Amino acid sequence: MAKRIEATNVTSYYGSFKAIDSVSMTVEPKTITALIGPSGCGKSTFLRSVNRMHEVLPGARIEGSLTIDDQNIYDPDVDVTAVRRMIGMVFQRPNPFPTMSIYENVVAGLKLNGVKKKSVLDDAAEQSLKSANLWNEVKDRLGRPGAGLSGGQQQRLCIARTIAVEPQVVLMDEPCSALDPISTLAIEDLMFKLKDRFTIIIVTHNMQQAARVSDKTGFFSIDKTGDPGRLIEYDDTQKIFSNPTEKKTEDYITGRFG
Amino acid sequence: MGDNPSSRSENTTASDLGVTGRHTRGAGTGVSPSSHDDPPIGGGGALPKKARFGMEAGFKGLSVAAGAMVLVIIVAIAIFLISKAVPAIRADNENFLTFNQWFPNETEPRFGIAVLAFGTVLTSIIALLVAVPIALGIALFLSHYAPKRLATPLGFVIDLLAAVPSVVFGLWGRDVFMEPVREFSGWLNKYFSWIPIFGGDGPFGRSVLLGSLVLAIMVLPIVTSLSREVFRQTPGMNEEAALALGSTKWEMIRTAVLPYGKPGVIAAVMLGLGRALGETIALAMTLGIVFNISFNIIENGGNSIAANIANAFGEANETGRGALIASGLVLFAITLVVNMAARAIIYRRREFRDSAA
Repeated sequence: MAKRIEATNVTSYYGSFKAIDSVSMTVEPKTITALIGPSGCGKSTFLRSVNRMHEVLPGARIEGSLTIDDQNIYDPDVDVTAVRRMIGMVFQRPNPFPTMSIYENVVAGLKLNGVKKKSVLDDAAEQSLKSANLWNEVKDRLGRPGAGLSGGQQQRLCIARTIAVEPQVVLMDEPCSALDPISTLAIEDLMFKLKDRFTIIIVTHNMQQAARVSDKTGFFSIDKTGDPGRLIEYDDTQKIFSNPTEKKTEDYITGRFG
Repeated sequence: MGDNPSSRSENTTASDLGVTGRHTRGAGTGVSPSSHDDPPIGGGGALPKKARFGMEAGFKGLSVAAGAMVLVIIVAIAIFLISKAVPAIRADNENFLTFNQWFPNETEPRFGIAVLAFGTVLTSIIALLVAVPIALGIALFLSHYAPKRLATPLGFVIDLLAAVPSVVFGLWGRDVFMEPVREFSGWLNKYFSWIPIFGGDGPFGRSVLLGSLVLAIMVLPIVTSLSREVFRQTPGMNEEAALALGSTKWEMIRTAVLPYGKPGVIAAVMLGLGRALGETIALAMTLGIVFNISFNIIENGGNSIAANIANAFGEANETGRGALIASGLVLFAITLVVNMAARAIIYRRREFRDSAA
């Protein structure tokens, strides 16, 4: 239930603007990889390139290769919806569907994939909500609007919705930046739990968070505004935060830059 | 209302002049605004008094008056309609609600609303059945499929369609559109006459179908413009959420865009229905104006309340005008019921809509 992701010289553009330049990294199955770096350095762009959400924006394109267990994600013959089903995504701001109940939100992905049987949907909803540590809080009000939950609960609802379709990889784009410390902790606990089943890549601005949750850390940076972002250093989290190879990484994590 | 110019240009202070109003800058004797002694704009010196008749009170009064005006107008219309309609209905020698003919100008007035109300509702419903799916298709195309370079001018053209006066649509429907509709009706009659609405022996052309199709074209721009705006407002993050779950574009639209836009689309359809129900001259020119309740939509025939008012008002006497006003009252009631039904539909899902904000 988890796959390896290999990026080789991934370069992403928005129209003529080069957002990231030649990023290469390998993400092992069932690990948590944190991507850190200053704003605008291309972490999110890279993350969105991994499940082809990058190309949703008009004029966005990508060069280089991205494979998941040796299958090229960007192969012209590959069905993009299958890629996104395999590689789920949790966004920066909680985005449950406002017109749907908690239950409908969780099973939305399954319904999109043609699952109709009530018992299957019920099971999946319960399992996903339990995995997302939300079941006990919402089990008595599954029919209530998902948007009526608190911010932290909404984000866990979105995680439940993402994992309900049983993806191989879960991408998280600053999932805690809109949440208070307690909700953040709840999500971090959840990430540890999900690591047994999924490969997780998380973008975060919070270096303590990166140090706490991740196995590997990638540091992105830009030289100046308008330049493409680059992957400066990618290594074990412990090494990055104790003894980084690059001077830039050290400056960033000690707070002397960015 | 700015600073009082004299108090500054003469370089005197508020206390020198004995002025305590808010128009002076306070205690400074500043030569220029940048002077060291000039108090900051946020205060300095004593707190000025509250203005007794300021802009604040003025605007509040204006908006309250505007709001009250709505109620006054509605009540005035209701009183007018009822006061004119009641004597005419009293004079009616037949049941006003069920009688099928319209002879209000005779010494023994006999008239009923049944045919007219039926025709009004039938033409409007057919018009909406034709217009709404097309309008939603155009709106989705404009908001989610068309490249911006195409969507902007196309949207402009649609809005232009709404600006065409209804009498022009009527003329066009009568002189140009009738022929193709007649041929189409003949074709429908030939192959589908086993369906009652396409039955009959003719003549075809000046029919409910023609009136409804012209109405549909008139309703189309309203429903399209409003729906397009609503679809455009779908939060981008919800669209991305749907795409990230592995949906195709159409599935994304079904999951995120359409449910989000539903209350707005219902409102748009109701506005369109309002226009269809009240449309007068285009229907007066395209319908057959026959007093007969029939579900056959291709044979010459059809009538509506508003079209009948336009056609019959000229030669109506006192009772005749009262009868027409009574029919106007019925139209008013139909519109009211339709609007309330629409509100009820929207209200039922309010919990979801309110929490969406």
